[in-house]
Amino acid sequence: MKQIQVLGGGCSKCIILAEEVKKAADEMGIEIHVEKVTDYPTILGFGVMTTPALVVDGKVMFSGKVLKADALKEYLK
Amino acid sequence: MNGKISMKWALGLFAFAAWAVLYWHLEAISNLAVQGLTHLFTFLQPGNRAFESFVFFLYDTPKVMMLLVTVVFGVGIVRTFFSPERTRKLLAGRGAFTGNALAALLGTVTPFCSCSAVPLFIGFLSAGVPLGATFSFLVSAPMVNEVALVLLFGMFGWKVAALYMGTGLAVAMIAGYVLGRVKLDHLVEDWVWAIRSSTQTADAKLTWSERAGAGRDAVREVVGKVWMWVLLGIAVGAGIHGYVPQDFFVKILGAGAWWSVPLAVLLGVPMYSNAAGIVPIISALLEKGAALGTSLSFMMAVIALSLPEAILLRKVLKPKLLVIFFGTVACGIMLVGYLFNFLL
Repeated sequence: MKQIQVLGGGCSKCIILAEEVKKAADEMGIEIHVEKVTDYPTILGFGVMTTPALVVDGKVMFSGKVLKADALKEYLK
Repeated sequence: MNGKISMKWALGLFAFAAWAVLYWHLEAISNLAVQGLTHLFTFLQPGNRAFESFVFFLYDTPKVMMLLVTVVFGVGIVRTFFSPERTRKLLAGRGAFTGNALAALLGTVTPFCSCSAVPLFIGFLSAGVPLGATFSFLVSAPMVNEVALVLLFGMFGWKVAALYMGTGLAVAMIAGYVLGRVKLDHLVEDWVWAIRSSTQTADAKLTWSERAGAGRDAVREVVGKVWMWVLLGIAVGAGIHGYVPQDFFVKILGAGAWWSVPLAVLLGVPMYSNAAGIVPIISALLEKGAALGTSLSFMMAVIALSLPEAILLRKVLKPKLLVIFFGTVACGIMLVGYLFNFLL
């Protein structure tokens, strides 16, 4: 099971990103665990300065943008 | 270069050429539209109020929208070259003045959303960017932005747009410089200094078609968000243009009323996010006797002093520093207002 973290201080974009990730995983038929990370020390610990950002299994995939489910599938493989 | 990519280039070039031709002849097209409509609707006759308002709307809307799409696309591409991580690296360990000047300039081209103000603030400090330079960045990034500049250029011409950009950068540099000089590091929340930010983020190499994609995304996001405000602003501006008597605002917003500048700044603070709608209204106010300095102050306050950003920054700044920061920027903005009211 993939561990997904969505980094962001609770802005609307972060919520959308989390939704899109779940949608992508559903469509691909894989199981994921999504966690929203909102505390700044942890976010900065990943070296991320622009939110929202996507972390898959501990690795930062991208930051500062929201992608649609289709585009996210590539990161969940 | 394969066929698919050169096809895209050709299409892009063609679109740009079509845009340029259309923009060049926009006034003639609008003239034709005005003539046609005066024939259709008898209540629209040259010289009457409805006609004046209508013409204002019809000339400015297509011009501003066309400029907005193109400039936002271009800026979206430019921004792919300036990630916050790269900006941070450029600013780390800079001395006073150069650091502030560079931070203010980079603030205009680095992608920035006020929702990321807090992680960016911490990320900068933890990598050794001085507090003053960080403040310069935080002032210029929202203030000198492409939407405001396009609207100013479209409605006032390049002189006012350049004036806004120049004085906006000056306020950012000087406010950050002053704040850096008075040593306020102890007024940043203590936990911020404890954070060790990892600075090893991979800078992705982008292809040109990915950069163009970023430009397209920027258009979708920015224009999609502001177009309604722009239309609303131009409509209200058009109403003022046609229906408010000449010189109506001389007394309250003219250069003679000393209190108009601080009042404009105060009024501007709660008007966050409507910046796109504010500029067209101001262009109508200016016509009716408002002073340029007062108007510039108002615009800057609307765009740069935002209440939501202040609430976010409270997480990292102690209340005293928050007040000092916003107070200093407000003073700078008022100075700009008085300066231009006095000079012109």
